[in-house]
Amino acid sequence: MHPKSRNDPLPSEITPRDVYLDRRRLMAGFAAGLLGFGALPARSAAPLKATRNPRYSTAEAANSYEDITTYNNFYEFGTSKDDPARLAGKFRPKPWNVTVSGEAEVTGTFTLEDMLKPHPLEERIYRLRCVEAWSMVIPWVGFPLGDLLKRFRPTSRAKFVAFKTVMRPEEMPGQRYPVLDWPYVEGLRIDEAMHPLAILAVGLYGQVLPNQNGAPLRLVVPWKYGFKSIKSIVEIRFTERQPPTSWNISAPQEYGFYANVNPEVDHPRWSQAKERRIGGGVFAPRQPTLMFNGYAEQVAGLYRGLDLAKNF
Amino acid sequence: MRRLLKPLLFVLCSMPLAWLLLRAFGVAGASLGANPIDELQDELGAWGLRLLLLTLCVTPLAVTLRKPWLMGVRRMIGLFAFTYVSLHFLNWLVLDQWLDLQSIAADIVKRPYITVGVAGLLMLVPLAVTSTAGWMRRLGRRWHRIHKLVYPAAVLGCVHFWWQVKADWREPLIYAATLALLLGWRAWRARARLQPRVTLARFGA
Repeated sequence: MHPKSRNDPLPSEITPRDVYLDRRRLMAGFAAGLLGFGALPARSAAPLKATRNPRYSTAEAANSYEDITTYNNFYEFGTSKDDPARLAGKFRPKPWNVTVSGEAEVTGTFTLEDMLKPHPLEERIYRLRCVEAWSMVIPWVGFPLGDLLKRFRPTSRAKFVAFKTVMRPEEMPGQRYPVLDWPYVEGLRIDEAMHPLAILAVGLYGQVLPNQNGAPLRLVVPWKYGFKSIKSIVEIRFTERQPPTSWNISAPQEYGFYANVNPEVDHPRWSQAKERRIGGGVFAPRQPTLMFNGYAEQVAGLYRGLDLAKNF
Repeated sequence: MRRLLKPLLFVLCSMPLAWLLLRAFGVAGASLGANPIDELQDELGAWGLRLLLLTLCVTPLAVTLRKPWLMGVRRMIGLFAFTYVSLHFLNWLVLDQWLDLQSIAADIVKRPYITVGVAGLLMLVPLAVTSTAGWMRRLGRRWHRIHKLVYPAAVLGCVHFWWQVKADWREPLIYAATLALLLGWRAWRARARLQPRVTLARFGA
């Protein structure tokens, strides 16, 4: 018997205080805007219609909207955790096009609206484990990546899927300096991409994805380190060979193609055995990191027979 | 100016710590952000290294500006550097590692950036201990030799920072370049001091 009744509210159902305050501020902003008293707040938080997917959601408490949107690794806006929230205001996630190419029957450039239209949105409360040994719990709004990919009818030669982030140094100040080889690229094996846990997110906390979290379209692969979950996607390419990935290009001995969360395979410079859950404050000890970030039951089968220490 | 410099520097050197405390206690809406332990760790370490480099700036400034009284602030800045580095270490031991001695020992042995960091800190300990007038008198000429440890400590501090950066080397590069400049000046001066003797010897021949 599952200890939690289906009727119990999920953590994400309970509106965190700052979201609530945020909404009030937003409404105040709208009112002021309508009356011509002031400008709308810079951060738009348009609500999204999504149904919760309890099957793929954790019951752990979600991090606050504040934490999720102010503590980000999005080097396109700068390498400090607070840079994306500070510097992503100029970024324009609308209009948005995505180009699909490679080993598929349907290819071309599509508007984001056309891409999203057939997909009902779901809320999925996922753990996110960063390679830097911290973690969060995030209520994403999105849909299975595989459902989208199938629409392009990948051919039998499509063994991998490659993704690319938009290149806009004029809006993304971090891209003006070659910290990484811009634009950011990532990739998955096709069976990983088709796994029901892999999603494309367009929102979080029931609202449109803020720029600093990868607007308007980002990948979320919860059993891999966060850097695999590429943001602000403009290109999807089906390939026969394993595509290059940004962090692997930058430091191949430290970041592999797979990047599966694994407490037994340390980063060459630090341990991956434990993680700090964001939001615990100053007196919260680290907690043990789980194999495949706690999604082993669902995804371990993808890697049967693969040496995870070699294919890190 | 002379009398004001030391209290002024004392206030300036205390400010980063005061600011961290205000943020830690949420005074006036200030905060350490979503990951306060890492923020404390990074800020304390960065200020330790910056002040250590500032300590090494004192002699070149005093010599080139011909203001020997400037040397009077070196000890205080050095002790501030030691304080920040010690708090950086303590934050790691207590808040980050929860005094898990096994994990701490494993990290010191297995993680080169932690190994060099701890080695650098250990080099600073005798300098802080022997910084008093009493120890200076007791140690005499040996005091200067012991305090040359500040150079390898600063090198290890820069390496410690360099080795944990993921991709953005700009900040550690600034520190390393500053240190190279400060050590270069000393090497140049040591050679320059030898120069006249060589010249005299030639005249004598």
